[in-house]
Amino acid sequence: MVVVASLLGIFDVSLDKLSNGELWLAQFFRGLSDGATYASVALALVMIYKSTGFINFAQGSLALLGVYLVYVFSVEQGLPVAVAVLCAMVASAVVAMFVERVFIRPFPPDHVLPLVIVTLGLLLIIDSAVGIVWGFRTRSLPSMFPTGAPIEWGIAQLTWRTIGNLGTVFAVVGLLYLLLSRTKVGLAFRAVSSNLESARLVGIRVGPTLGFGWALAAAIGTLGGALVVPDLLLEPSIMLRVLIFSLAAAALGGLDSLVGAVIGGLVVGLARNLLVTFLDLSELALATAVAVILVVLLVRPTGLFGSTRVERV
Amino acid sequence: MSGPYLEVQGLKAAYGNIQVLHGVDFSVAEGQIAVILGANGAGKTTTLRALCAMVSTEGSIKLAGEELAGHRTADIVRRGVAHVPQGRGTFPDLSVEENLLAGAFVRTDAEVQGDVQQWFETFPVLGERRNQSAGSLSGGEQQMLAIARALMLRPSLLLLDEPSLGLAPMITRSLFEQLTAINADAGTTMLVVEQNASLALGVADVAYVLEAGEVALSGPADELAADDNVRRAYLGY
Repeated sequence: MVVVASLLGIFDVSLDKLSNGELWLAQFFRGLSDGATYASVALALVMIYKSTGFINFAQGSLALLGVYLVYVFSVEQGLPVAVAVLCAMVASAVVAMFVERVFIRPFPPDHVLPLVIVTLGLLLIIDSAVGIVWGFRTRSLPSMFPTGAPIEWGIAQLTWRTIGNLGTVFAVVGLLYLLLSRTKVGLAFRAVSSNLESARLVGIRVGPTLGFGWALAAAIGTLGGALVVPDLLLEPSIMLRVLIFSLAAAALGGLDSLVGAVIGGLVVGLARNLLVTFLDLSELALATAVAVILVVLLVRPTGLFGSTRVERV
Repeated sequence: MSGPYLEVQGLKAAYGNIQVLHGVDFSVAEGQIAVILGANGAGKTTTLRALCAMVSTEGSIKLAGEELAGHRTADIVRRGVAHVPQGRGTFPDLSVEENLLAGAFVRTDAEVQGDVQQWFETFPVLGERRNQSAGSLSGGEQQMLAIARALMLRPSLLLLDEPSLGLAPMITRSLFEQLTAINADAGTTMLVVEQNASLALGVADVAYVLEAGEVALSGPADELAADDNVRRAYLGY
């Protein structure tokens, strides 16, 4: 009886909601905003994946550290939020270079499994260190963008924050694309990921190239965190949840595609918000991310935009 | 300059506990083509890898009188040593043109683009496919690309590991003609490891025969080609 009643209840609510255009539009905007934040963290994952060929699980932790630095610079030191974000991006990039030099470089770059284990270890260490330094109490972090909404339809608001999040992500992906395709550093990056031995043989210094990749990814991750966290509350496990959505976004986009990461992020953000509204099950939000990963791996392991490696023998 | 351009003395190399080279001595004069012959496992590839610090080594490697041993691969490349490794010397995910640009990675002069165009003229098939990913080229085209990629460095010493591997005999012959032409035009010193001994001895000035990680025979290429032991072991007649 109870089960039937609750099932009916869900159905009822859904039917009711289906006809509520404003609610859907509101969730659509929220989905875009969330999606942009997942996309920005996914871009960090993709950058590392492109250069090293593995998923860096410590990426979320470096972003977590970066976001706490944003908190320190903005709330504690009183800097404007945008300036605080820039400072934190630089600081987390420096930390990432240090981490790469000390913990990653001793391992051969083509032995992926030990490296993945090391990044898992780093995830635990950095998350705990953040907990020790800043404690586990939740804090609120201001957004870089003004509050308010320039466009409104009833409860559906296109806020400055949504616009800002989307704009930031498109700017980042544009800059990364230019960096990778038009600069010598970008060429070195792609050469290292394509053929490590030949990269050495043309004189590319592999270690510093990967170190630069870590620094860049950490800075992007920090920026992504600074977009996400103002919607939530800052606490030491916050980026772990974001990381799962971003992993889903990166997997959907194809792991090595920048554009794929952005589209994957937006799709995951929209899917999460719209499905949650339709099913009225906010507890299952995280499960939608895992479901996306599962379906992608089963149906199309290279993702939507991932490159299938062409190699004639 | 007095003395040989490349002088290797007492070169030892090992993969983990397995000693592959047991003290190899050889030298190549500037502008010469030298060939290293030997059976499988004799240490030919390891010798080339040792010159580029891609395997742990002991001994002395002097290039134009300067010691290379102890330097990293990236620094040795900056001294003008280009290496075409066995098999795949290209970047399969990069376009043909980007492969050539990567080959000139350490160059800072303004003539890089001109050199790219020049290689597209030398190997027209590469020019036609400049925007295609290198991985989609055929084996022969990839070998051409790998060699052009190495020459984009404008090296003073070119190391070639089995350039004929997997190539049709016709293509191999034209490849060796290209190499001798480059050697004559640019004066690039070359050290070639090659299974096709008769072809290699035909273009080389000096030859070394490696056996079990040591130099067993050495001398001018034409003398070795006439040597009964070399003929029986490597030329097969």
